[in-house]
Amino acid sequence: MRWGVVTFPGSNDDHDTLYALDHVLGEEVVSLWHKERDLKQVYCVVLPGGFSYGDYLRCGALARFSPVMEAVIEFAHAGGLVFGICNGFQVLCEAGLLPGALVRNRSLRFVCEAVHLRLEEAETPFTCRCTPGEVLTIPIKHGEGCYVADAATLDQLESNHQVVLRYVDASGRATEAANPNGSLNNIAGIVNARRNVFGLMPHPEHASEKIQGSEDGLKLFRSVLAAYDEREHQRMASVAPGH
Amino acid sequence: MRARVFITPKKGVLDPQGKAIEHSLHALQFTEAHDVHLGKYVELTLEGSDRDRASRRLDEMCRKLLANGVIEDYRFELEE
Repeated sequence: MRWGVVTFPGSNDDHDTLYALDHVLGEEVVSLWHKERDLKQVYCVVLPGGFSYGDYLRCGALARFSPVMEAVIEFAHAGGLVFGICNGFQVLCEAGLLPGALVRNRSLRFVCEAVHLRLEEAETPFTCRCTPGEVLTIPIKHGEGCYVADAATLDQLESNHQVVLRYVDASGRATEAANPNGSLNNIAGIVNARRNVFGLMPHPEHASEKIQGSEDGLKLFRSVLAAYDEREHQRMASVAPGH
Repeated sequence: MRARVFITPKKGVLDPQGKAIEHSLHALQFTEAHDVHLGKYVELTLEGSDRDRASRRLDEMCRKLLANGVIEDYRFELEE
């Protein structure tokens, strides 16, 4: 399958993501410049981490209006897979593809550390190779990662099983102390109701080789590969000649 | 036409910056200060002289870009 990684002015994890997909996983991956409207027939678009447009006005607010995002929004509405990491998550919220918003960490401090995350939902194309309840170790590095939404939205996210990852302690408990940024309900990652758009603050591309301290991030990328294989399998079955 | 736009955190949304400023004011003995919120202020010049139209366009600018309705409120003033 082919991946696409978007580069906005100010993106800085785009190359780390390209590296993880290309060198570590051996996948076909194309770089998508923010001025492009052609997504080059990718199966999954990654919006990477960084500081698109300098984080001016609000994180992700200006990136949301770039030409490539028009194509990404259209792609998402057609059911295409969109994977937003950190700043990419902020862009997806600003674009209205995911509910809620990411605001300044409650501590007012930039946090940069490996965190434990409980995998809440395996029934998404981004987590189908994971086990519900398993604890992943993946780093975060952000100043504006506090997830907020109004009470009704939060209820909806929980009851529709759209909360995919939660900050927890090493034993998997979602405690206040394990919450690095003040996110409501310890939310670290969510999907939309259709489950084709995923946003998370942690950086799976920075947990993709042993030398980085964890390879847990690969489980998310490999899930997308598995979802692709499943789709191809179904497609082949549907076009196979009948007997 | 000159416009001023004020963007503030919505009531109920965490505002750790406002809280931190309030604590500092109290530390400086300005103990009468409460409900401190930090927002944004945008100034701009609009072409044309139709105030109704300017008002409508400004409202649209706020909804589409200048404020995020999930976390922020806005209001604006128009000058001659």
